[in-house]
Amino acid sequence: MKAEDSELLKEFTTEQVAKLDEIIKKHKSKPGGLIPVLEEAQIALEYLPISVQKKIAAGLNLPLSRVYGVVTFYSFFTMTPRGKHTVRVCLGTACYVRGGKAIADTLKKEFGIEEGETTPDRMFTLETVRCLGACGLGPVIVVDEEVHGRVKPSKVKEILAQYT
Amino acid sequence: MSTVKLTIDNRKIEVEAGTTILEAAKKNGIKIPTLCAWTEIGHTPGACRVCMTEVEGQKSLIAACVFPVSEGMVVHTNTEKVRQARKMVVELLLANHPQECNFCVRNGNCELQKVAEFVGLREVRFDYTQFPKEGMIDRSSPSIVRDNRKCIECHRCVAVCENIQTVNVLTPAHRGSDVKVVPAFDLPLIESNCVACGQCILACPVGALYEKDDVDAVWKVLQDPQKHVVVQEAPAIRAALGEEFGLPAGTLVTGKMIAALRRLGFAKVFDTNFTADLTIIEEGNELLKRVKEGGKLPMITSCSPGWIKFCEHFYPELLGHLSTCKSPQQMFGALAKTYYAETAGIDPQDIVSISIMPCTAKKFEAQRPEMASSGFRDVDYVLTTRELARMIKEAGIDFLNLPDEEYDAPMGEYTGAATIFGATGGVMEAALRTVYAVVTGENLPSLDITPVRGLEGVKEATVKVGALGDVKVAVAHGLGNARKIMDKIRDGSADYAFIEIMCCPGGCIAGGGEPIPTNNEMRALRSAALYRDDGKVQKFRQSHENPSITKIYDKFLKEPLGHKSHQLLHTKYKKRGTELPQGKD
Repeated sequence: MKAEDSELLKEFTTEQVAKLDEIIKKHKSKPGGLIPVLEEAQIALEYLPISVQKKIAAGLNLPLSRVYGVVTFYSFFTMTPRGKHTVRVCLGTACYVRGGKAIADTLKKEFGIEEGETTPDRMFTLETVRCLGACGLGPVIVVDEEVHGRVKPSKVKEILAQYT
Repeated sequence: MSTVKLTIDNRKIEVEAGTTILEAAKKNGIKIPTLCAWTEIGHTPGACRVCMTEVEGQKSLIAACVFPVSEGMVVHTNTEKVRQARKMVVELLLANHPQECNFCVRNGNCELQKVAEFVGLREVRFDYTQFPKEGMIDRSSPSIVRDNRKCIECHRCVAVCENIQTVNVLTPAHRGSDVKVVPAFDLPLIESNCVACGQCILACPVGALYEKDDVDAVWKVLQDPQKHVVVQEAPAIRAALGEEFGLPAGTLVTGKMIAALRRLGFAKVFDTNFTADLTIIEEGNELLKRVKEGGKLPMITSCSPGWIKFCEHFYPELLGHLSTCKSPQQMFGALAKTYYAETAGIDPQDIVSISIMPCTAKKFEAQRPEMASSGFRDVDYVLTTRELARMIKEAGIDFLNLPDEEYDAPMGEYTGAATIFGATGGVMEAALRTVYAVVTGENLPSLDITPVRGLEGVKEATVKVGALGDVKVAVAHGLGNARKIMDKIRDGSADYAFIEIMCCPGGCIAGGGEPIPTNNEMRALRSAALYRDDGKVQKFRQSHENPSITKIYDKFLKEPLGHKSHQLLHTKYKKRGTELPQGKD
């Protein structure tokens, strides 16, 4: 492990850092490699803090400003850690009129975080979405890949319990 | 070259194929307004949407800056539809722009103001957004202030930083209405690799980027009866200051500038050109010493502080190639508080040394900790050409009707060799004139070394210098061009003895502190003024002929590269590292 990786090793395991090296190596010589590298790096490391972006910039010989511009442009990329589970609450028109907002408020209160944030124990990340195409089931929340329909604020705790 | 015939506003015109509508119109005297396109810096993003035109056969309006002309195309730039669309675009830009025009640094010289006038806007129908300053104004740099509230997202600053200077500090980040031009991680500019060249300021159409303003601090010392305030001006000032008062670009205003500075209250008006001549003596001797003693070659000039910082960031392993000479500004400052203080019998503690520079990086350079070799700061405050013009206006001085006045002794005398420091290739030409004379005991057959003049990005020349034989030299201006030469040194393929590098394209006459606009036309005109000063105005054209230089060595410095020179006129550089690499994706 190289000396310049010390900052990375504060947040990631040696295996993760080795994986990052491998991802960079794979795309290094190809033009347009930045987005695939960021995508794979986020899957391997879960998020892209400054230390990871610096390593990627150095590895691909790109300006740090370029890497940062791309990371902040695409909503897929995140610079903060994500939870083990992602809870998406639908605020599309149908869900909204059937009480989606109350579900979102309950989740915020339950987690003690705002939209886009992650709980301090890194269990849950809360996001809102506009319409999941399941309007008949509204209000809807999706935890990871599983859809929960006709959710009531009183049911939220029970649903979350399945994931802890 | 194939051409295309088209019609713009009922006029039949013919232009080169591939030309955009905007360029085609411009070449034929038809003005289409724009706020983002600037082909000189390779930037036509089609972002501002002000250049809307109607093209027959097209369903929607067309952005003229990105749409190429085609055979038989019929364009209208002034229909009702076009006028309404442009007006709306400008109205929306202004609805999202602080209404601070009265006290904005660009008031009266703002492209957004001009475009609002062009489209005839008389009202903005939307409620103005509130513009909190918190977190939006970056004053961290000693050279450049960024005010993101005023940014209209034209991204010219990003283009010049990336395409021309290859420093790549600025980027658009975030998305949608949150987009902001920032350094990586929204860090303050001072923590980035910014070299402080200020080319972004020259590119900015509005007041979102401007020089750190030191005018008030200078007024304050000028009012202080305890202080003896002396001033120096870089050669590029005399070739550009007149533009701020409506004179045509390329007017030499040396005499009026001196008169204005006296009226502002400076005790002595000296000239950076004096220490430019001194630089040539020191640097010329340093080069000869390196050649004779097998020192590090090629040697590279060190006058341009943006270039120095660039080298420190991106080529730290090559710092040994830089001449150890301080820049003329800093040499002047060190001598103002030693040589001049002694000569005039003034306590250096009471001397305030001010410089007028075409350069924002000079503000950074003056603050470098090592630049205090007399025990006092070499240079206390640096003002740009634009700041000096503002002071002259604030003082109510009728610049155009000032008499021509002369510099003060003992640091005001200069030669033509010094004055061309302001244009790319000038330092090289000046150095070769003196090196040739020192080595051969004769003057160059012609003092005009034309291969190193002009706006070509990288210039080369070979000059036969007596016993030294052929001396191969190179000149680069603009950091993208500097990079080409530095990469050659890095891979061992640079066979030059001496290299001149200037940070800004065109040299100091197009520095980040010069009047706006600064473009290639201005570069050519301002350079021509300096070559006129050298060829026609100045009595002496070689630095070693300057009688004041002879005198300072006799009375004070004793010999080039001597003990006093080392103490006051030479410096060291700092490895800053290349944490931000620079390739293309």
